[in-house]
Amino acid sequence: MTELTLVQAVNRGLHEAMQQDPDVLLLGEDIGVNGGVFRATEGLYKEFGAERVIDTPLSETGIVGAAIGMALYGLKPVAEIQFLDFVYPAFDQIVSELAKMRYRSGGQYPCHVVIRAPYGGGVKGGHYHSQSTEAFFCHTAGLKVIIPSTPADAKGLLLTAVHDEDPVIFLEPKRIYRAVTGEVPDGDVRVPFGEARRVREGTDVSLFAYGAMVPPAVEAADALEKDGISTEILDLRSLVPLDEAAVVASVEKTGRAVIVHEAARFCGFGAELAAILAEQAFYSLKAPVVRVTGYDTPFPYALENLYLPNAQKIEAAVRATVRAG
Amino acid sequence: MSTTSSRSTPEGIPKSETMELSDAQLLEAYRWMVQARVIDERCLSLQRQGRIGFYAPLSGQEAAQVGCALALRPEDWIFPAYRELAVALVRGAALRSILDQMVGNSTDLARGAQMPNHFAFREQQFVSVSSPIGTQITHAVGAAMAAQRRRDSIVTVTFFGDGATSSNDFHAGMNFAGVFRTPTIFFCQNNGWAISHPRERQTMSKTLAQKADAYGFPGVVVDGTDVNAVYHAVAEARDRAVSGGGPTLIEAQVYRFGPHSTSDDPRRYRSDAEVAAARERDPVHLLKARLLSLKLLDEAADLGIWESARSTLAAAFEEAEQAPPLDPASLFDNVFQTPTPRLEAERNQAEAFFRSGGERQ
Repeated sequence: MTELTLVQAVNRGLHEAMQQDPDVLLLGEDIGVNGGVFRATEGLYKEFGAERVIDTPLSETGIVGAAIGMALYGLKPVAEIQFLDFVYPAFDQIVSELAKMRYRSGGQYPCHVVIRAPYGGGVKGGHYHSQSTEAFFCHTAGLKVIIPSTPADAKGLLLTAVHDEDPVIFLEPKRIYRAVTGEVPDGDVRVPFGEARRVREGTDVSLFAYGAMVPPAVEAADALEKDGISTEILDLRSLVPLDEAAVVASVEKTGRAVIVHEAARFCGFGAELAAILAEQAFYSLKAPVVRVTGYDTPFPYALENLYLPNAQKIEAAVRATVRAG
Repeated sequence: MSTTSSRSTPEGIPKSETMELSDAQLLEAYRWMVQARVIDERCLSLQRQGRIGFYAPLSGQEAAQVGCALALRPEDWIFPAYRELAVALVRGAALRSILDQMVGNSTDLARGAQMPNHFAFREQQFVSVSSPIGTQITHAVGAAMAAQRRRDSIVTVTFFGDGATSSNDFHAGMNFAGVFRTPTIFFCQNNGWAISHPRERQTMSKTLAQKADAYGFPGVVVDGTDVNAVYHAVAEARDRAVSGGGPTLIEAQVYRFGPHSTSDDPRRYRSDAEVAAARERDPVHLLKARLLSLKLLDEAADLGIWESARSTLAAAFEEAEQAPPLDPASLFDNVFQTPTPRLEAERNQAEAFFRSGGERQ
């Protein structure tokens, strides 16, 4: 075990994968000599060379398109998109090419690419360095979507992603890249996809969160506990495939659900969770499902703190849910 | 800049071993071109009869496709657009497999996932086709980067049309190929029309090939109706690529005789006179004339080639049409390597619906 920040854990995960398997290589903008704008690839260029840590021209569609070609050929490329907000030039490549290659070829051409991208707000980055648009990818058949919230998960889920057989969108909560530290297992310790992490056990209400929303959820639960409200927190971490069984089981136990994400509310991931609960846990619900999310506005700069969910908003939502029934 | 055929005349100028098609290859090329032409004619009619759902004809582009494919090796990789049926044939894709895909039956290698012409033939290293324009171009460059990493002496070839030279992925792919000096051949069939949009309004560049200049590698224009000229240009580009000389853009100038696809009426945007003029240089007729003049073919043998192409096609289509339909449950295959619990649940739900007679295939 080593104490690491989340971004250091990403770095260690990449290092581990590259050391194990010569087919693993990285491509992206400023990831080589510069080590990435967040330093996620620090030191890897020096250790593995320009052939495996490839600084590319500035073109997201080129990065993802080239990664697809590499994967078809049999390599295991890990592409970095500098900020998730910059991914849209590559959206066609991700949605219509990468995600569909296996299906549209009848299984002849599996296409395993990992796309890493820092996402989310709280860094005073304005619209183009802050968005949380995971729902686009969750809505796309053929993609797996992973968002860690702890250093151990960042490394363990990334190792699983690199060795998976399907395309993986791996979103890293940049706001807690350095704000969160934790013990991370050394070596090739993988965390499986499709399993939610129970952050704490509770009996009155279920809180569902992922990524940078997990710490404020915990902060809210601590405050609520003092008033005798027992909150269960599930860190979903694997949005696709989703641990639906864990989500439903938790609400069957508590009877109340509060969903937290920083993405806009309308058609956000929380809408799917609420629908799953309506379909599969309706008769266990004592109160309406509540969502604490970003607003349906563009991501703001000056009023970022107003836009983002925080512990106070989550706490208020939980109290309202408990009062409701 | 222009590459023209330098094959020996009947008077007998010596020809290069590697850069020219042999007599036997010329005849082989002709057979493939006739087979492609026959498929075109038949598939247009099958689509009108409702027996296949769609077709994108390649008439006029046979020499470009066959000449290019013959210059490649089995270990090379093909990243096609949706009109490269003749390339698939030359690469060895079975006619039956091509027609299975047109029909979307249970023996379709693409498992009924895509509309006709959107093939994938792994054995022939003919990568899956998509409809959006130009997207395969960056894949070819990435695969070439992978080949460099593996020290494999191969080329990747990407096919696209004049319209694709306006796409994002064309420019991204050309730029990456130049920067990483990849063993990639960009094979552009400039057939004059992107559905209704003419080449002159696609770009103000004098040629499409000259776009390679901006990316720092050679671009050549070749007469795409001349199978030998195309073969020569591709063989030369291949030699350069595998010897570390980097990519080449080849603009094969052709004309699309038919519609863009069965969903299009070209009379809305171009004149019959224009088409008739282009048909004066029908690549199939040109090659036939050459073979006749070289005494490699006579009219009787020619008739035999056409008849054989038609009967082979008829037999293969009958088999494809009679093959069993897809299993409805296969709808859920190949989304992921292993279906997620959600997909399994959806499959079970759909199967129960099918069993109850709710959906007839």
